[in-house]
Amino acid sequence: MKEEYDIIVVGAGPAGSMAARFAAEKGVSVLMLEKDRDVGYPVRCGEAISKAGVEEFIDSNELWIKAHINKFSFIAPDETEVLLQFDSEQEGYVLERRIFDYELAKTAVNTGAQILTRTYVNGLLFDDDKVAGVKYEHNGEQKELKAKIVIAADGVESRVGRWAGLKTHIDFRDMECCTQITAANINVDPNTLYFYFGEEFAPEGYFWIFPKGDNIANIGLGVSGMIGKKKSAQSFLNSFMEKYYPQAPILTTIAGGVPSAVTLDKISAPGIALVGDAARQVNPLSGGGIASGMIGASIAGRIAGEAIKMNKLDHLLTYDKAWHDRLGRRHETFNRIKEGIFNFSDEKFNIIAHSINKIPFEKRTLGRVFRTALIKQPSLIIDIAKVFVI
Amino acid sequence: MEYRQAKTGVLMIEILPDKCDFCGCCVGVCPEDAIELKEAEIFIIDERCTNCSKCIWSCPIEVIMFNKEGVVAK
Ligand SMILES: Cc1cc2nc3c(=O)[nH]c(=O)nc-3n(C[C@H](O)[C@H](O)[C@H](O)COP(=O)(O)OP(=O)(O)OC[C@H]3O[C@@H](n4cnc5c(N)ncnc54)[C@H](O)[C@@H]3O)c2cc1C
Ligand code: SF4
Ligand code: SF4
Repeated sequence: MKEEYDIIVVGAGPAGSMAARFAAEKGVSVLMLEKDRDVGYPVRCGEAISKAGVEEFIDSNELWIKAHINKFSFIAPDETEVLLQFDSEQEGYVLERRIFDYELAKTAVNTGAQILTRTYVNGLLFDDDKVAGVKYEHNGEQKELKAKIVIAADGVESRVGRWAGLKTHIDFRDMECCTQITAANINVDPNTLYFYFGEEFAPEGYFWIFPKGDNIANIGLGVSGMIGKKKSAQSFLNSFMEKYYPQAPILTTIAGGVPSAVTLDKISAPGIALVGDAARQVNPLSGGGIASGMIGASIAGRIAGEAIKMNKLDHLLTYDKAWHDRLGRRHETFNRIKEGIFNFSDEKFNIIAHSINKIPFEKRTLGRVFRTALIKQPSLIIDIAKVFVI
Repeated sequence: MEYRQAKTGVLMIEILPDKCDFCGCCVGVCPEDAIELKEAEIFIIDERCTNCSKCIWSCPIEVIMFNKEGVVAK
């Protein structure tokens, strides 16, 4: 380990690894600090991602692909199923993130970044008002390490940005509070992602079954903290399992949070940038944050590396705009659509499902499905049009 | 009996020992940065907590509780 690094990345999830890799590619010194013992574990994720989202960063590899997805199934509150197939370029995967995250970290290390696990960052160093390093705990010892730039990739539980004076806590109404189990003997189509909507399954959120091969599946849900006030995610999951899979052996159980909102107002400040869940770069409509977090992190990593090479640390502040141009603005639209859908009554979900099912299966493209949904909720038209046009 | 002191008086927020999954939802929503979460250790930083309860509402597995009697200091 060095006495001082150009860049320190806090957190070694997908975002941390991509920030480290894209910075190291610029030829600067990079160290990743991770509080957990292992990269990639515990897994707090449904593990679904589009193929395109993966392949921007790493070649697809069966080592960490548990399922190939070519269909979505949307289940309305009255249990009407709407099945939607998509073409090969829209294909997706269910990952084994335990291995995937590890492989991502390896790509960072292969470009020259270093990594130190079991290292809990608990404060920042400052040089006047500029962030100038981190304080951390390792093997029971409190230590300090200087860096020209700190990149906070510390996930939904992020605190690093707060210490730099950024407002990073998320409104409890925008937090999708999740529980998920991985269970066996779940007889679902191995190439379909299942989404359940409505008051019974997951009000102001959705319930999912994502297959992982061999009749194993991730089964979980997220509900807004507003719902959690009355009924927790765990109670919804218990009711579902009792009703549909009372005998299924449960292999793992986890809790987790998805910051389901637009990106923070400010994701950089002198000497610091925030990426991934820490910056709230999750797609607020789907709750997916692996791909968008990697995109945000790659931009921040590249800009941070350039800033050091040019010896112009102010350059880091261009990251906010670069992110907004690439995805941030689109997330604002997604967020408005999410708010529209959250307000749907069970009855409206049912009516939409019934009308979509009148479109023959072969002709049921995402575009047509949206158009049918829109006839029932015209005010969303403009927002959805923007998503497809921008 | 001695109670733990919160920013606004007596601390009334309690995390059930050995039940937490360390998922970070509560930390993400806490407006006061009053929760410390390590790999497998969690605690409330008393002097910052305002007993606002947001952490309770967002815990997916109901392991943070409101204790109106106040949390006893150990
Ligand atoms: C139940 C659930 C289901 C989900 N399903 C999907 C899905 O199907 N598809 C999808 O795309 N997304 C999904 N998401 C979201 C996705 O998991 C996250 O968006 C993604 O993991 C974010 O990556 P990240 O690198 O920003 O953060 P993380 O993967 O959370 O990594 C942050 C890392 O920082 C470390 N860390 C935190 N604090 C410190 C500290 N102080 N010091 C040192 N290290 C620290 C943590 O230990 C962790 O390893 C889901 C989330 C949940 C909770
Ligand atoms: S009660 Fe409010 S201030 Fe206290 S820990 Fe919970 S969220 Fe933070
Ligand atoms: S939200 Fe609940 S389970 Fe998650 S870290 Fe907080 S107390 Fe633990």
